[in-house]
This record gives sequence, C-alpha cells and structure tokens, in this order.
Amino acid sequence: MTQAKTGEIELVYFAWVRERLGRDSERLALPGDVDSVARLIDWLAAIDTDHADALAARERLVVAVNRERAGPDHPVRAGDEIAVFPPVTGG
Amino acid sequence: MTAIRVCATPIDLASEIADFFARNEGAGAIVHFIGRMRGTDGDARIVAMELEHYPGMCEAELARIAEEVRARFSLDDARIVHRIGRMTAGDPIVLVATAARHRREAFAGAEALMDFLKTRAPFWKKEHFADGTSRWVEARESDERAAQRWVLPAESTGVKGRVDEEAP
Repeated sequence: MTQAKTGEIELVYFAWVRERLGRDSERLALPGDVDSVARLIDWLAAIDTDHADALAARERLVVAVNRERAGPDHPVRAGDEIAVFPPVTGG
Repeated sequence: MTAIRVCATPIDLASEIADFFARNEGAGAIVHFIGRMRGTDGDARIVAMELEHYPGMCEAELARIAEEVRARFSLDDARIVHRIGRMTAGDPIVLVATAARHRREAFAGAEALMDFLKTRAPFWKKEHFADGTSRWVEARESDERAAQRWVLPAESTGVKGRVDEEAP
C-alpha cells in the first residue's frame, strides 16, 4: 500500500466488509470535520448504498488506524491508513 | 527468542517440529499445538476454507503476542506459524510451539498463544460448503472469555502474573 497524498486517507477492507463494498481499498479526500473514527464511519456510510450496507452493523466492525486497533474517539488524520473489518476468526 | 510466520503454502509439520526441537536444546519441555481444519459443521460438509489476513498488521500482532507470552511465562522460545489462502479438510491451519525449562510454563504458554491469536490477530475464515454455499465464520464469545482469563488482577498493580498462581 502506497502513502496517501496530502489530505487523503487510505481505506482498506477485509472479509465481508470487503465483499459487501466490492473493493479491498480506496483512497478518499478527508473532509475537515471528519476527525475521529466514529465520524469517519458515519461519513463513509453516507457515501452510497454499498457503503451504507457494508457499514450498517457498527457493533460488528473493528477499526484499525495505522495498523493499531482504534476506538470510536481515536483521531483520524490525512495520510492515515484506516482498516475496517469484522471481529477476527483466525486460529 | 520468538518467531512468527504467515504462509500461503501447507505447513510442513515434521520440519517445523524438528527445527523447533533442534533450536531449543536447553529446554526441558516443548509443547506444540496444531489447529486443523474440520470437514463438517453440524450436518453440513465443509469442502474448503479460505483464510484472509491483513498483511503487515497481522505479522506485527503475531510478533507482539509471541513476545508477550514468551516474557510472561519465562519461555526460552515461542513460535507461531499460520496458514492463509485456500485449504481443504484436514489441513493444518495453525501451529504454535513453546519451549521452557518445565512443562507447566510450556503448556500454559501454548494455550495463551492460541487464546491471544484467536482474539487479536487479524485473520478471517470463510467456509465453503458441499451444497455450494459459503459463509464467513462468526467470532465467538467463548474465545474472548478464554483470552480474558490471562488478564490477571495482578496486572493492574504492575506485578507480572506467574504461571503457578494462575494456570488453568
């Protein structure tokens, strides 16, 4: 994954989040008022029906910012790599 | 000393076990756990499974888990090898290994490796059934509870837990 341009974030999706969105990653310009994980998910879900469907079950989503798990209040900044995925099921 | 690996090809059990054995001459106890793909789920026959991971974050998390467990149980060595990609019934999914002076630490360390791996490492399983349907495996609350039992009350006071106090 390459570094996002200034003002952009790199989103990566896994498992059924990826399938419902029909893509494994996307690069988006980050609006100025989207400054936390919770606000980011709200904003993403409003993009179109695919995003709304994939992100509907908020309690079943895990978010990682720059490859570290992040809670709803965690800050989001331009240049971040943000992953959205279901609870993990390895092992 | 710890080592982790995520591999897209079948895990070679014999060579993993032999290698770990050879590298840990000073250990009095070595434990291996192998997680294996089941061919059935209730009455449904599972013909294949796909394992997806988050490259980069997954390896980093496995390395953290291995080092955390090694330090906590005073292990000489800890190893995690995890398969990704498409596999069929009977294939090994994961192998964890621990080496310690005595068996109690080795057993407990292997259990803790698996409990942390199942709840923290970003892997996802998708099962493909004989009737052509497929589904993503749901995370289980029992796995979360299993991982929680390693969180000791002593940790809140900054005192490291000891295996002889808390081993299940």
